[in-house]
Amino acid sequence: MSLLLILTIVLPLLASLLIMAGADPRRTSLGAATVNLAASLVLFLGYDRVTGGWQFVSEWKILPKLGINMTLGADGLTLVMILLATLVTVSALWVAPKVEKYNGLYHVSLLFISAGVIGAFASLDVLFLYSFHELALIPTFLMIGIWGSGDRQAAAWKATIYLGLGSFILLIGLIALYLSIPSGHRTLDLRQLDQLAAAGILQPSALIYLLLLVGFGSLVSLFPFHSWAPGAYACAPAPAAMLHAGVLKKFGLYGLIRIALPLFPEAMQGLNGLLLLLVIGNILYIGYVTVSQKRLDWTIGYSSVMHMGYIFLGLASMNAIGVSGAAILMFAHGLSVAAAFALCGEIRRRTGTLEYSELGGLAKVAPVLGLLFGFAAMASVGLPGFANFAGELLVFFGATAAGPLMIIPVVVGVWGVVISAIYMLRAYRNIFWGPIAQRWETVTDIGSGAKWSVILLLAPLMIAGFYPQFILRMVDASLSR
Amino acid sequence: MNTLFLEIAVVVLGILLLMVEAYSARPRKSHIAWIGAAGLFGVLLLSFLPQHSPAPGSATAAFITSDILSVFFVRFTLAATIVFLVTVPSFAPVLGRYLPAEREGAGIAEFAILPVFVCAGLMWMVSAVDFIMIFVSLELATITLYILATYLRQNTASLESGTKFLILGALSTGFIVYGISWLFGTTGTTSLLALPSAVSALPETSRMPLLFGIGMILVALSFKISAFPFQFWVPDVYQGAPTPVTSYLSVASKAAGFVVLIRLLQALWDIPAVSHQIHTVVTLLAVLTLIFGNFAAIPQTNMKRLLGYSSIAHAGYLLMAVASLGSRMAVPAIGFYLAGYLAMTMLSFVVLQVVSEATGGEEISRFNGLGRRSPLLAGAMLLAAASLAGIPFTAGFIGKLLVFEVALKQGHYGLVVLGCVTVAAGFYYYFKVIRAMYWQQPAEETPIAPPLAVRFLIAVLGAAILAFGIYPAPILAALK
Repeated sequence: MSLLLILTIVLPLLASLLIMAGADPRRTSLGAATVNLAASLVLFLGYDRVTGGWQFVSEWKILPKLGINMTLGADGLTLVMILLATLVTVSALWVAPKVEKYNGLYHVSLLFISAGVIGAFASLDVLFLYSFHELALIPTFLMIGIWGSGDRQAAAWKATIYLGLGSFILLIGLIALYLSIPSGHRTLDLRQLDQLAAAGILQPSALIYLLLLVGFGSLVSLFPFHSWAPGAYACAPAPAAMLHAGVLKKFGLYGLIRIALPLFPEAMQGLNGLLLLLVIGNILYIGYVTVSQKRLDWTIGYSSVMHMGYIFLGLASMNAIGVSGAAILMFAHGLSVAAAFALCGEIRRRTGTLEYSELGGLAKVAPVLGLLFGFAAMASVGLPGFANFAGELLVFFGATAAGPLMIIPVVVGVWGVVISAIYMLRAYRNIFWGPIAQRWETVTDIGSGAKWSVILLLAPLMIAGFYPQFILRMVDASLSR
Repeated sequence: MNTLFLEIAVVVLGILLLMVEAYSARPRKSHIAWIGAAGLFGVLLLSFLPQHSPAPGSATAAFITSDILSVFFVRFTLAATIVFLVTVPSFAPVLGRYLPAEREGAGIAEFAILPVFVCAGLMWMVSAVDFIMIFVSLELATITLYILATYLRQNTASLESGTKFLILGALSTGFIVYGISWLFGTTGTTSLLALPSAVSALPETSRMPLLFGIGMILVALSFKISAFPFQFWVPDVYQGAPTPVTSYLSVASKAAGFVVLIRLLQALWDIPAVSHQIHTVVTLLAVLTLIFGNFAAIPQTNMKRLLGYSSIAHAGYLLMAVASLGSRMAVPAIGFYLAGYLAMTMLSFVVLQVVSEATGGEEISRFNGLGRRSPLLAGAMLLAAASLAGIPFTAGFIGKLLVFEVALKQGHYGLVVLGCVTVAAGFYYYFKVIRAMYWQQPAEETPIAPPLAVRFLIAVLGAAILAFGIYPAPILAALK
């Protein structure tokens, strides 16, 4: 089984090599992604929840003297994230059109992002957790720059500089964490770090936590380090936006859950006020910014920044309910935002514009597209029946239980749900309802490939919405440690 | 096997190559470069045989050592020279264009033989433990490099480059000799081995002259490693010199400068009389070099100048580690960084050489659409740029990781914060090249087919970048 976990990382890279050597890009990449999805399902179902903890572990010595090894392994949370990654990868590659320029490179870039993010989730060693995430940096730069739309060059630069700087701040934080361990115990292995923290040997300072928060925070678009995200997502080609907003961005949150929560409980408690302030910024400020958007791609881009606030709120509650809520929300948001970007790309391909003022009434000519968009919009708002609802509810419960002061961000969060309803429903109405302009009457409905790739994303959302246990018990098995 | 054998073997190889060149009947002398590369590769293999340090007290031991540092950098120098020689045959058309054409193919042989002597000089330099030896070997290397920089003697840029290099190089030679004489005047020794005890025993009154002497030597070494404010020759000389020479200058010659700097500073690091001043100066050098190298690189439009500024920037990161010499891991970090730097810098120069030959210029815009014209060259440049910028799974990342680690360990928090900012700047100017290759439209669509030797180099250097980045342990083991 541990081989299967390695396979999920190696397979996309192998497929990239084949494509570079001349294999058919679409078939090769989709094939690899589908096998990966199957593999991640097998891993998901094969995880022994009773035993819990890290399973499927494999290890290679890299710098044994420094305590750095490449260690792969998975627990419940990891497997949920890997499942998310493989689901979105298949869907993104499925909707990927045949591009004129560098068709091979397009698929190679997507596969690299996918391999990087799966590797990051499956890494037990913090250095490799970081390294795998960086694998996506250049592909993102290429994807937005070559195949993007709008002001793609500026967006690509901004995202690259922000993410580059953010990840170096993160790296400094990780090195500082490493050096704060008394020599002789030094390691970057998550399992050993946990033990050191439990034994009281590791006593990292609040400064290191702050470095990690800023570093991870910029990668997750935590307010006020968010400004790279909306533009990058709006300009990126749909598959890249799906993978980036849906999966890659979750890496920062995953890192905080893995590193900050177990190792820095006191520092987190001490700086919780600051984090909550930023969370309110994310939900309220970005929420209102989202409402004022006049284009669908920017609306979804900003909304994906806004929804990060809820996940941070779950982390800030620092209890099992809140964190499992955050985990469900990570999974749910990843799927719903990916579906929204996929549909956004389909609309753009048909109409060439995403301005609300120019669109309208598309549901008459493209009913299936409209229906799917409706589902994605409702999921994003957090309607009961979708996993987003379950996640948000748990986050609110967790936060309320965490202390009297937490009621403020909870109220803001509930108000945020109303804000998201405003902008999502407005987008839905402006694009799909109302009178249809004559030039849109020839617009065709969504093709079957894109339709099924969106259903692939929405179905698990509903399954997890009606039966959240399917995610929850996986997450609980790993958080209870 | 005695240490000196390797250097002597290289000199003998150089003389043999001169003989072959003189008596060879072939009109094109590219084969000299191949023989030279093969010979140096043989020496490189010999360097893995067990070596004996010169017996303590012997005449050799006073001048030459065979410690871990020297063994590593002897191999480093050999590797860099081999890369140089392998690129020579594909550089022949440029030589033909800018050399007086008495006969076809003139000058190729000397272009391949001179680096062998530079190599010998640099090998001595990295093993030297006495200032006299350091000076002599430095001159052997530098004077030969003057010739190489100005080699394209019908090209004004190359002449300008060589002249500037000669004048500023001579100036720095003046500084080092002057510094050595002050050092000798105060301490009575030119030996780095005897220096710590000699300095510790000095009376308070001799401190200023001693510091002055050390300062002069640091100025001269700053020229060699292109540290701010002694970096101003770099962009001009790099731009005008023939591309393989530029590549060699920025790698082998700089590395040797760092080795001498390490040896000097290690001798003086813990001596209370001078340590404070030295630590301050080195930290200051690191700060200024980081800022200047990285920010001056941002507006560059010429690839060679960009790589010149980038080499200043990397000197800054290396100086971060030099400023942390108190840590046991500092020297391995520097050695590893330079090994990765060799692979990524020489790889980018190799690509640049082919691209400028095919497109007729060295501006970054000549790389436009390279992804379509030659996926191999573009991919190689992408890998080199990723490594130079410090993306994980490349040598450049592990190098920066080690450097930042030792700097943090030594409490240089300000340096590390600055390093973060300059890394972000680095993302910008290295990604500019990636942008040109993939975002921009090519001026013409004709594919560029790199010669076989270049493909071979791309494969070897690219593999090295990835191998060092994924499994750095062997290199680090060689440095401990």
